[in-house]
Amino acid sequence: MIKPEIASRQPLWLLAELTYKCPLQCPYCSNPLDFAGAGAELTTQEWIDVFTQAREMGAAQLGFSGGEPLVRQDLTELIAAARDLGYYTNLITSGLGLNAERMADFRQAGLDHIQISFQASDEEVNNMLAGSAKAFEQKLKMAREVKAQGYPMVLNFVTHRHNIDRIDRIIELCIELEADYVELATCQYYGWAFENRAALLPTRAQLEKAEAITQEYRQRLQAAGNPLKLIFVTPDYYEERPKKCMNGWGEIFLTVTPDGTALPCHSARMLPIEFPNVKTMSLEEIWQTSPGFNYFRGDAWMPEPCRSCDEKEQDLGGCRCQAFMLTGDMHATDPVCSKSPEHHRILAARQEAELAEEREMTYRNERNSRIFCRG
Amino acid sequence: MSAVAIQLEQVPRLNPMFRLQWEKAQDCWVLLYPEGMVKLNASAGAILTRVKGEASIAQLIEQLQAEYPEAEDLAEDVLGFFQHAQALNWILYD
Ligand code: SF4
Repeated sequence: MIKPEIASRQPLWLLAELTYKCPLQCPYCSNPLDFAGAGAELTTQEWIDVFTQAREMGAAQLGFSGGEPLVRQDLTELIAAARDLGYYTNLITSGLGLNAERMADFRQAGLDHIQISFQASDEEVNNMLAGSAKAFEQKLKMAREVKAQGYPMVLNFVTHRHNIDRIDRIIELCIELEADYVELATCQYYGWAFENRAALLPTRAQLEKAEAITQEYRQRLQAAGNPLKLIFVTPDYYEERPKKCMNGWGEIFLTVTPDGTALPCHSARMLPIEFPNVKTMSLEEIWQTSPGFNYFRGDAWMPEPCRSCDEKEQDLGGCRCQAFMLTGDMHATDPVCSKSPEHHRILAARQEAELAEEREMTYRNERNSRIFCRG
Repeated sequence: MSAVAIQLEQVPRLNPMFRLQWEKAQDCWVLLYPEGMVKLNASAGAILTRVKGEASIAQLIEQLQAEYPEAEDLAEDVLGFFQHAQALNWILYD
Protein backbone atom coordinates (compact mmCIF):
# COMPACT_ATOMS: atom_id res chain seq x y z
CA MET A 1 0.00 0.00 0.00
CA ILE A 2 1.05 3.61 -0.48
CA LYS A 3 3.23 4.79 2.37
CA PRO A 4 2.93 8.16 4.03
CA GLU A 5 5.51 10.81 3.22
CA ILE A 6 8.52 11.06 5.47
CA ALA A 7 8.45 13.97 7.87
CA SER A 8 11.14 14.70 10.42
CA ARG A 9 11.16 11.33 12.11
CA GLN A 10 7.61 11.13 13.40
CA PRO A 11 5.86 7.82 13.99
CA LEU A 12 3.23 8.53 11.32
CA TRP A 13 2.01 4.97 11.29
CA LEU A 14 0.98 3.20 14.45
CA LEU A 15 0.23 -0.49 14.20
CA ALA A 16 -1.67 -1.81 17.19
CA GLU A 17 -1.41 -5.57 17.37
CA LEU A 18 -4.28 -6.02 19.77
CA THR A 19 -3.99 -9.75 20.31
CA TYR A 20 -2.14 -12.80 19.06
CA LYS A 21 -5.34 -14.84 19.23
CA CYS A 22 -6.71 -15.82 15.85
CA PRO A 23 -9.23 -18.38 14.61
CA LEU A 24 -7.11 -19.05 11.51
CA GLN A 25 -3.80 -20.85 11.24
CA CYS A 26 -2.19 -19.34 8.15
CA PRO A 27 1.17 -20.92 7.42
CA TYR A 28 2.60 -17.53 6.33
CA CYS A 29 1.56 -15.59 9.43
CA SER A 30 4.06 -12.87 10.36
CA ASN A 31 3.46 -13.21 14.09
CA PRO A 32 6.42 -14.39 16.14
CA LEU A 33 6.95 -18.13 16.21
CA ASP A 34 6.84 -18.15 19.98
CA PHE A 35 3.63 -16.07 20.32
CA ALA A 36 2.12 -18.53 22.80
CA GLY A 37 4.80 -17.43 25.28
CA ALA A 38 3.93 -13.68 25.16
CA GLY A 39 2.75 -11.82 28.26
CA ALA A 40 -0.68 -10.43 29.20
CA GLU A 41 -2.50 -8.23 26.69
CA LEU A 42 -2.73 -4.48 27.25
CA THR A 43 -6.00 -3.29 28.75
CA THR A 44 -8.45 -0.95 27.00
CA GLN A 45 -7.13 2.01 28.94
CA GLU A 46 -3.52 1.15 28.24
CA TRP A 47 -4.25 1.02 24.52
CA ILE A 48 -6.06 4.36 24.55
CA ASP A 49 -3.12 5.84 26.37
CA VAL A 50 -0.77 4.55 23.65
CA PHE A 51 -3.02 6.05 20.94
CA THR A 52 -3.08 9.40 22.72
CA GLN A 53 0.69 9.57 23.07
CA ALA A 54 1.38 8.53 19.48
CA ARG A 55 -1.14 11.03 18.13
CA GLU A 56 0.63 13.82 19.97
CA MET A 57 3.86 12.72 18.34
CA GLY A 58 2.30 13.02 14.88
CA ALA A 59 0.80 9.58 14.17
CA ALA A 60 -2.05 9.89 11.66
CA GLN A 61 -2.68 6.31 10.57
CA LEU A 62 -3.69 3.66 13.04
CA GLY A 63 -3.95 0.02 12.07
CA PHE A 64 -5.76 -2.46 14.28
CA SER A 65 -4.33 -5.87 13.63
CA GLY A 66 -3.35 -9.03 15.42
CA GLY A 67 -3.72 -12.02 15.44
CA GLU A 68 -7.33 -11.33 14.71
CA PRO A 69 -8.32 -7.95 16.22
CA LEU A 70 -12.00 -8.92 16.20
CA VAL A 71 -11.26 -11.22 19.11
CA ARG A 72 -10.93 -8.13 21.34
CA GLN A 73 -14.31 -7.42 22.89
CA ASP A 74 -13.41 -3.74 23.38
CA LEU A 75 -12.64 -3.14 19.70
CA THR A 76 -15.55 -0.73 19.17
CA GLU A 77 -14.43 1.29 22.15
CA LEU A 78 -10.85 1.41 20.88
CA ILE A 79 -12.01 2.51 17.42
CA ALA A 80 -14.12 5.31 18.90
CA ALA A 81 -11.25 6.56 21.05
CA ALA A 82 -8.83 6.49 18.11
CA ARG A 83 -11.20 8.30 15.80
CA ASP A 84 -11.87 10.93 18.46
CA LEU A 85 -8.15 11.58 18.56
CA GLY A 86 -8.17 12.24 14.81
CA TYR A 87 -6.67 9.04 13.48
CA TYR A 88 -7.51 7.49 10.17
CA THR A 89 -8.50 4.08 11.47
CA ASN A 90 -7.80 0.84 9.60
CA LEU A 91 -9.05 -2.57 10.65
CA ILE A 92 -6.94 -5.37 9.24
CA THR A 93 -8.90 -8.57 9.53
CA SER A 94 -9.48 -12.02 8.15
CA GLY A 95 -13.22 -11.26 8.27
CA LEU A 96 -13.83 -14.19 10.58
CA GLY A 97 -15.94 -13.21 13.55
CA LEU A 98 -17.31 -10.23 11.63
CA ASN A 99 -20.99 -9.64 10.87
CA ALA A 100 -23.07 -6.81 9.43
CA GLU A 101 -24.14 -5.62 12.84
CA ARG A 102 -20.65 -5.38 14.26
CA MET A 103 -19.47 -3.67 11.10
CA ALA A 104 -22.20 -1.07 11.48
CA ASP A 105 -21.17 -0.51 15.10
CA PHE A 106 -17.61 0.08 13.97
CA ARG A 107 -18.84 2.53 11.34
CA GLN A 108 -20.80 4.36 13.99
CA ALA A 109 -17.70 4.46 16.18
CA GLY A 110 -15.83 6.10 13.29
CA LEU A 111 -13.91 3.27 11.64
CA ASP A 112 -12.58 4.53 8.29
CA HIS A 113 -11.50 1.38 6.54
CA ILE A 114 -11.66 -2.39 6.72
CA GLN A 115 -9.07 -4.47 4.93
CA ILE A 116 -9.99 -8.08 4.42
CA SER A 117 -7.19 -10.50 3.70
CA PHE A 118 -7.71 -13.37 1.31
CA GLN A 119 -5.50 -16.29 0.64
CA ALA A 120 -6.83 -17.28 -2.79
CA SER A 121 -9.77 -16.84 -5.12
CA ASP A 122 -10.19 -20.56 -5.10
CA GLU A 123 -12.20 -21.88 -2.22
CA GLU A 124 -10.34 -25.12 -1.93
CA VAL A 125 -6.84 -23.65 -1.89
CA ASN A 126 -7.98 -20.94 0.45
CA ASN A 127 -9.44 -23.36 2.90
CA MET A 128 -6.42 -25.56 2.76
CA LEU A 129 -4.21 -22.59 3.55
CA ALA A 130 -6.39 -21.15 6.23
CA GLY A 131 -6.98 -24.52 7.85
CA SER A 132 -10.70 -23.70 8.07
CA ALA A 133 -13.63 -24.82 5.93
CA LYS A 134 -16.08 -21.91 6.06
CA ALA A 135 -13.45 -19.18 5.84
CA PHE A 136 -13.79 -18.26 2.20
CA GLU A 137 -17.57 -17.99 2.07
CA GLN A 138 -17.54 -15.79 5.16
CA LYS A 139 -14.86 -13.51 3.73
CA LEU A 140 -16.80 -12.99 0.51
CA LYS A 141 -19.90 -12.16 2.45
CA MET A 142 -18.02 -9.68 4.61
CA ALA A 143 -16.30 -8.10 1.60
CA ARG A 144 -19.70 -7.41 0.05
CA GLU A 145 -20.93 -5.99 3.34
CA VAL A 146 -17.91 -3.65 3.57
CA LYS A 147 -18.93 -2.12 0.26
CA ALA A 148 -22.62 -2.02 1.15
CA GLN A 149 -21.84 -0.06 4.31
CA GLY A 150 -19.88 2.57 2.41
CA TYR A 151 -16.36 1.74 3.54
CA PRO A 152 -13.53 2.00 1.02
CA MET A 153 -12.74 -1.56 0.02
CA VAL A 154 -9.17 -2.69 0.12
CA LEU A 155 -8.59 -6.35 -0.49
CA ASN A 156 -5.36 -8.04 0.27
CA PHE A 157 -4.53 -11.26 -1.48
CA VAL A 158 -1.50 -13.07 -0.21
CA THR A 159 -0.03 -14.85 -3.19
CA HIS A 160 2.33 -17.78 -3.22
CA ARG A 161 3.11 -20.76 -5.38
CA HIS A 162 -0.26 -22.41 -4.74
CA ASN A 163 -2.48 -19.56 -5.85
CA ILE A 164 -0.40 -17.20 -7.99
CA ASP A 165 -1.30 -19.06 -11.19
CA ARG A 166 -4.90 -18.11 -10.51
CA ILE A 167 -4.20 -14.40 -10.34
CA ASP A 168 -6.62 -13.68 -13.19
CA ARG A 169 -9.41 -15.19 -11.12
CA ILE A 170 -8.32 -13.25 -8.08
CA ILE A 171 -8.50 -10.01 -10.06
CA GLU A 172 -11.86 -10.96 -11.60
CA LEU A 173 -13.19 -11.54 -8.13
CA CYS A 174 -11.97 -8.12 -6.98
CA ILE A 175 -13.64 -6.44 -9.93
CA GLU A 176 -16.86 -8.24 -9.17
CA LEU A 177 -16.65 -7.15 -5.53
CA GLU A 178 -16.07 -3.53 -6.69
CA ALA A 179 -12.89 -3.15 -4.69
CA ASP A 180 -11.15 0.23 -4.62
CA TYR A 181 -7.62 -1.03 -3.99
CA VAL A 182 -6.27 -4.52 -4.35
CA GLU A 183 -2.95 -5.52 -2.97
CA LEU A 184 -1.56 -8.63 -4.62
CA ALA A 185 1.29 -9.27 -2.29
CA THR A 186 3.54 -12.26 -2.52
CA CYS A 187 4.08 -13.22 1.06
CA GLN A 188 7.22 -11.99 2.74
CA TYR A 189 9.26 -14.68 4.36
CA TYR A 190 9.20 -13.77 8.01
CA GLY A 191 7.77 -15.54 11.01
CA TRP A 192 5.74 -18.55 9.99
CA ALA A 193 6.27 -17.94 6.30
CA PHE A 194 10.02 -18.38 6.69
CA GLU A 195 9.49 -21.81 8.21
CA ASN A 196 7.32 -22.62 5.21
CA ARG A 197 9.30 -20.82 2.58
CA ALA A 198 10.02 -23.83 0.40
CA ALA A 199 6.30 -24.59 0.23
CA LEU A 200 5.34 -20.97 -0.54
CA LEU A 201 7.93 -19.31 -2.77
CA PRO A 202 6.73 -19.16 -6.39
CA THR A 203 9.12 -19.74 -9.28
CA ARG A 204 10.37 -16.83 -11.34
CA ALA A 205 8.27 -17.98 -14.29
CA GLN A 206 5.15 -18.03 -12.13
CA LEU A 207 5.91 -14.56 -10.89
CA GLU A 208 6.59 -13.05 -14.29
CA LYS A 209 3.42 -14.49 -15.71
CA ALA A 210 1.37 -13.15 -12.80
CA GLU A 211 2.87 -9.71 -13.19
CA ALA A 212 2.14 -9.66 -16.91
CA ILE A 213 -1.47 -10.67 -16.31
CA THR A 214 -1.83 -7.95 -13.69
CA GLN A 215 -0.48 -5.39 -16.15
CA GLU A 216 -2.99 -6.51 -18.77
CA TYR A 217 -5.81 -6.04 -16.30
CA ARG A 218 -4.54 -2.57 -15.39
CA GLN A 219 -4.78 -1.53 -19.01
CA ARG A 220 -8.20 -3.05 -19.38
CA LEU A 221 -9.46 -1.34 -16.22
CA GLN A 222 -8.09 1.98 -17.32
CA ALA A 223 -9.71 1.70 -20.73
CA ALA A 224 -13.02 0.94 -19.02
CA GLY A 225 -12.66 3.94 -16.69
CA ASN A 226 -12.61 1.66 -13.65
CA PRO A 227 -10.64 3.38 -10.83
CA LEU A 228 -9.68 0.04 -9.19
CA LYS A 229 -5.98 0.15 -8.33
CA LEU A 230 -4.00 -3.07 -8.55
CA ILE A 231 -0.86 -3.09 -6.48
CA PHE A 232 1.49 -5.97 -7.22
CA VAL A 233 4.19 -6.64 -4.66
CA THR A 234 7.03 -8.91 -5.76
CA PRO A 235 8.93 -10.96 -3.21
CA ASP A 236 12.38 -9.52 -2.79
CA TYR A 237 13.83 -13.00 -3.25
CA TYR A 238 13.72 -12.21 -6.96
CA GLU A 239 15.35 -8.80 -6.69
CA GLU A 240 19.04 -7.91 -6.88
CA ARG A 241 18.72 -5.04 -4.40
CA PRO A 242 16.93 -5.22 -1.07
CA LYS A 243 13.98 -3.06 -0.12
CA LYS A 244 14.38 -0.02 2.11
CA CYS A 245 12.80 -1.87 4.93
CA MET A 246 10.04 0.01 6.80
CA ASN A 247 11.32 3.17 5.10
CA GLY A 248 14.15 3.11 7.60
CA TRP A 249 14.44 1.77 11.11
CA GLY A 250 12.48 3.95 13.53
CA GLU A 251 11.64 6.50 10.82
CA ILE A 252 7.85 6.37 10.39
CA PHE A 253 6.56 3.06 11.74
CA LEU A 254 5.78 2.10 15.27
CA THR A 255 4.29 -1.25 16.20
CA VAL A 256 2.93 -2.06 19.63
CA THR A 257 2.45 -5.76 20.29
CA PRO A 258 -0.32 -7.31 22.42
CA ASP A 259 1.79 -7.23 25.58
CA GLY A 260 2.95 -3.63 25.05
CA THR A 261 6.38 -4.24 23.53
CA ALA A 262 7.17 -1.41 21.10
CA LEU A 263 8.90 -2.32 17.84
CA PRO A 264 10.17 -0.39 14.81
CA CYS A 265 8.55 -3.03 12.61
CA HIS A 266 6.17 -5.87 13.31
CA SER A 267 8.72 -8.62 12.82
CA ALA A 268 11.63 -7.02 14.73
CA ARG A 269 10.76 -8.97 17.83
CA MET A 270 12.79 -11.88 16.49
CA LEU A 271 16.03 -9.82 16.74
CA PRO A 272 18.36 -10.15 19.72
CA ILE A 273 17.64 -6.58 20.82
CA GLU A 274 15.87 -5.57 23.96
CA PHE A 275 12.80 -3.59 22.99
CA PRO A 276 11.03 -1.21 25.37
CA ASN A 277 7.52 -1.68 26.68
CA VAL A 278 4.78 0.97 26.80
CA LYS A 279 3.90 -0.18 30.30
CA THR A 280 7.21 1.08 31.67
CA MET A 281 8.30 3.87 29.29
CA SER A 282 6.60 6.81 27.59
CA LEU A 283 6.19 6.54 23.84
CA GLU A 284 8.23 9.72 23.39
CA GLU A 285 11.15 8.15 25.23
CA ILE A 286 10.72 4.89 23.36
CA TRP A 287 10.77 6.65 19.99
CA GLN A 288 13.48 9.22 20.68
CA THR A 289 15.97 7.70 23.06
CA SER A 290 15.44 3.98 23.67
CA PRO A 291 18.42 1.89 22.53
CA GLY A 292 16.09 -0.45 20.62
CA PHE A 293 14.70 2.29 18.38
CA ASN A 294 18.12 3.82 17.81
CA TYR A 295 19.93 0.59 17.12
CA PHE A 296 19.80 0.74 13.31
CA ARG A 297 19.19 4.44 12.80
CA GLY A 298 21.76 6.20 10.62
CA ASP A 299 24.51 4.11 8.98
CA ALA A 300 27.22 3.84 11.65
CA TRP A 301 26.17 0.22 12.32
CA MET A 302 26.75 -0.90 8.73
CA PRO A 303 29.45 -3.43 7.91
CA GLU A 304 30.94 -3.86 4.46
CA PRO A 305 29.90 -4.05 1.66
CA CYS A 306 27.18 -1.59 2.70
CA ARG A 307 29.42 0.85 4.55
CA SER A 308 31.31 2.00 1.48
CA CYS A 309 28.49 1.37 -1.00
CA ASP A 310 27.23 4.35 -2.98
CA GLU A 311 23.68 2.95 -2.93
CA LYS A 312 23.31 2.83 0.84
CA GLU A 313 20.98 5.83 0.99
CA GLN A 314 18.55 4.01 -1.26
CA ASP A 315 18.04 0.83 0.73
CA LEU A 316 19.88 1.35 4.03
CA GLY A 317 21.33 -2.13 3.69
CA GLY A 318 17.93 -3.82 3.44
CA CYS A 319 15.92 -5.71 6.00
CA ARG A 320 17.48 -6.46 9.39
CA CYS A 321 15.14 -9.37 10.07
CA GLN A 322 15.93 -10.96 6.74
CA ALA A 323 19.67 -10.52 7.34
CA PHE A 324 19.26 -12.14 10.73
CA MET A 325 17.16 -15.06 9.52
CA LEU A 326 19.42 -15.86 6.61
CA THR A 327 22.87 -15.20 8.07
CA GLY A 328 22.41 -15.28 11.84
CA ASP A 329 23.88 -11.75 12.02
CA MET A 330 21.37 -8.91 12.16
CA HIS A 331 24.03 -6.37 11.09
CA ALA A 332 24.84 -8.19 7.86
CA THR A 333 23.98 -6.91 4.41
CA ASP A 334 20.56 -8.20 3.42
CA PRO A 335 21.41 -11.31 1.34
CA VAL A 336 18.89 -10.18 -1.28
CA CYS A 337 21.59 -7.76 -2.40
CA SER A 338 23.78 -9.24 -5.12
CA LYS A 339 26.76 -7.54 -3.45
CA SER A 340 26.19 -9.54 -0.27
CA PRO A 341 28.67 -12.36 0.33
CA GLU A 342 25.63 -14.41 1.43
CA HIS A 343 23.61 -13.79 -1.74
CA HIS A 344 24.01 -17.47 -2.62
CA ARG A 345 21.39 -18.24 0.04
CA ILE A 346 18.81 -16.34 -1.99
CA LEU A 347 19.96 -18.06 -5.17
CA ALA A 348 19.56 -21.41 -3.41
CA ALA A 349 16.00 -20.55 -2.38
CA ARG A 350 15.15 -19.62 -5.98
CA GLN A 351 16.63 -22.91 -7.10
CA GLU A 352 14.61 -24.76 -4.52
CA ALA A 353 11.44 -23.10 -5.81
CA GLU A 354 12.05 -24.73 -9.18
CA LEU A 355 11.65 -28.17 -7.63
CA ALA A 356 7.99 -28.94 -7.95
CA GLU A 357 7.50 -31.47 -5.19
CA GLU A 358 4.76 -30.87 -2.64
CA ARG A 359 5.81 -30.07 0.89
CA GLU A 360 4.21 -30.33 4.26
CA MET A 361 3.44 -26.97 5.80
CA THR A 362 3.65 -25.97 9.42
CA TYR A 363 0.39 -24.33 10.41
CA ARG A 364 0.31 -21.41 12.80
CA ASN A 365 -1.40 -22.56 15.96
CA GLU A 366 -0.69 -22.70 19.63
CA ARG A 367 0.58 -26.23 19.64
CA ASN A 368 3.17 -25.49 16.97
CA SER A 369 4.02 -22.22 18.65
CA ARG A 370 4.84 -24.01 21.88
CA ILE A 371 7.26 -26.18 19.95
CA PHE A 372 9.13 -23.05 18.84
CA CYS A 373 8.93 -21.67 22.36
CA ARG A 374 10.81 -24.49 23.93
CA GLY A 375 14.25 -23.81 22.47
CA MET B 1 -7.92 7.51 -17.40
CA SER B 2 -7.27 9.97 -20.18
CA ALA B 3 -7.34 13.60 -19.10
CA VAL B 4 -10.99 14.59 -19.10
CA ALA B 5 -11.72 18.25 -19.81
CA ILE B 6 -12.92 19.99 -16.67
CA GLN B 7 -16.17 21.88 -17.11
CA LEU B 8 -16.64 25.07 -15.12
CA GLU B 9 -20.25 24.29 -14.28
CA GLN B 10 -19.42 20.89 -12.76
CA VAL B 11 -19.97 20.53 -9.03
CA PRO B 12 -17.09 18.64 -7.41
CA ARG B 13 -17.20 16.72 -4.18
CA LEU B 14 -14.53 14.82 -2.32
CA ASN B 15 -14.40 11.10 -3.04
CA PRO B 16 -15.58 9.54 0.26
CA MET B 17 -12.53 7.26 0.10
CA PHE B 18 -10.55 10.25 1.34
CA ARG B 19 -10.73 12.28 4.50
CA LEU B 20 -9.56 15.88 4.52
CA GLN B 21 -8.06 16.93 7.81
CA TRP B 22 -5.83 19.61 9.30
CA GLU B 23 -2.72 17.93 10.72
CA LYS B 24 -1.10 19.95 13.43
CA ALA B 25 2.05 17.80 13.35
CA GLN B 26 2.48 18.45 9.61
CA ASP B 27 1.26 22.02 9.78
CA CYS B 28 -0.88 21.52 6.68
CA TRP B 29 -4.08 19.99 5.32
CA VAL B 30 -3.76 16.34 4.46
CA LEU B 31 -5.83 13.75 2.66
CA LEU B 32 -6.06 10.52 4.55
CA TYR B 33 -7.02 7.29 2.84
CA PRO B 34 -6.58 3.58 3.52
CA GLU B 35 -3.09 3.25 4.99
CA GLY B 36 -1.84 6.47 3.43
CA MET B 37 -1.61 10.22 3.67
CA VAL B 38 -0.96 12.99 1.16
CA LYS B 39 0.25 16.35 2.40
CA LEU B 40 -1.40 19.23 0.56
CA ASN B 41 0.29 22.50 -0.27
CA ALA B 42 -1.41 25.71 0.78
CA SER B 43 -3.34 26.28 -2.43
CA ALA B 44 -4.52 22.67 -2.71
CA GLY B 45 -5.69 22.94 0.90
CA ALA B 46 -7.50 26.21 0.21
CA ILE B 47 -9.32 24.68 -2.75
CA LEU B 48 -10.18 21.32 -1.21
CA THR B 49 -11.59 22.78 1.99
CA ARG B 50 -14.18 24.47 -0.23
CA VAL B 51 -15.07 21.34 -2.19
CA LYS B 52 -18.31 20.22 -0.60
CA GLY B 53 -20.54 19.11 -3.42
CA GLU B 54 -22.31 22.48 -3.34
CA ALA B 55 -20.35 25.03 -5.34
CA SER B 56 -19.45 24.60 -9.00
CA ILE B 57 -15.88 25.05 -10.12
CA ALA B 58 -16.75 28.49 -11.49
CA GLN B 59 -18.20 29.45 -8.09
CA LEU B 60 -15.13 28.10 -6.31
CA ILE B 61 -12.91 30.26 -8.50
CA GLU B 62 -15.04 33.29 -7.63
CA GLN B 63 -14.87 32.51 -3.90
CA LEU B 64 -11.12 32.06 -4.00
CA GLN B 65 -10.58 35.17 -6.09
CA ALA B 66 -12.60 37.16 -3.56
CA GLU B 67 -10.49 35.80 -0.74
CA TYR B 68 -7.15 36.16 -2.49
CA PRO B 69 -7.62 39.24 -4.72
CA GLU B 70 -3.88 39.54 -5.29
CA ALA B 71 -3.57 36.01 -6.77
CA GLU B 72 -2.84 36.00 -10.48
CA ASP B 73 -3.85 33.22 -12.87
CA LEU B 74 -6.05 31.81 -10.16
CA ALA B 75 -8.61 30.29 -12.53
CA GLU B 76 -5.89 28.47 -14.38
CA ASP B 77 -4.37 27.14 -11.16
CA VAL B 78 -7.72 25.90 -9.91
CA LEU B 79 -8.45 24.13 -13.18
CA GLY B 80 -4.98 22.63 -13.12
CA PHE B 81 -5.61 21.39 -9.61
CA PHE B 82 -8.89 19.71 -10.56
CA GLN B 83 -7.23 18.04 -13.52
CA HIS B 84 -4.61 16.65 -11.20
CA ALA B 85 -7.09 15.77 -8.44
CA GLN B 86 -9.28 13.89 -10.85
CA ALA B 87 -6.39 11.81 -12.11
CA LEU B 88 -5.71 10.86 -8.49
CA ASN B 89 -9.34 9.97 -7.95
CA TRP B 90 -9.81 12.56 -5.20
CA ILE B 91 -12.83 14.19 -6.79
CA LEU B 92 -16.23 12.98 -7.89
CA TYR B 93 -18.84 14.89 -9.89
CA ASP B 94 -22.54 14.22 -9.45
S1 SF4 C 1 25.72 -3.40 -0.49
FE1 SF4 C 1 24.32 -2.74 1.12
S2 SF4 C 1 23.94 -0.57 0.72
FE2 SF4 C 1 24.88 -1.44 -1.14
S3 SF4 C 1 23.13 -1.94 -2.45
FE3 SF4 C 1 23.66 -3.79 -1.25
S4 SF4 C 1 22.38 -3.69 0.59
FE4 SF4 C 1 22.33 -1.66 -0.36
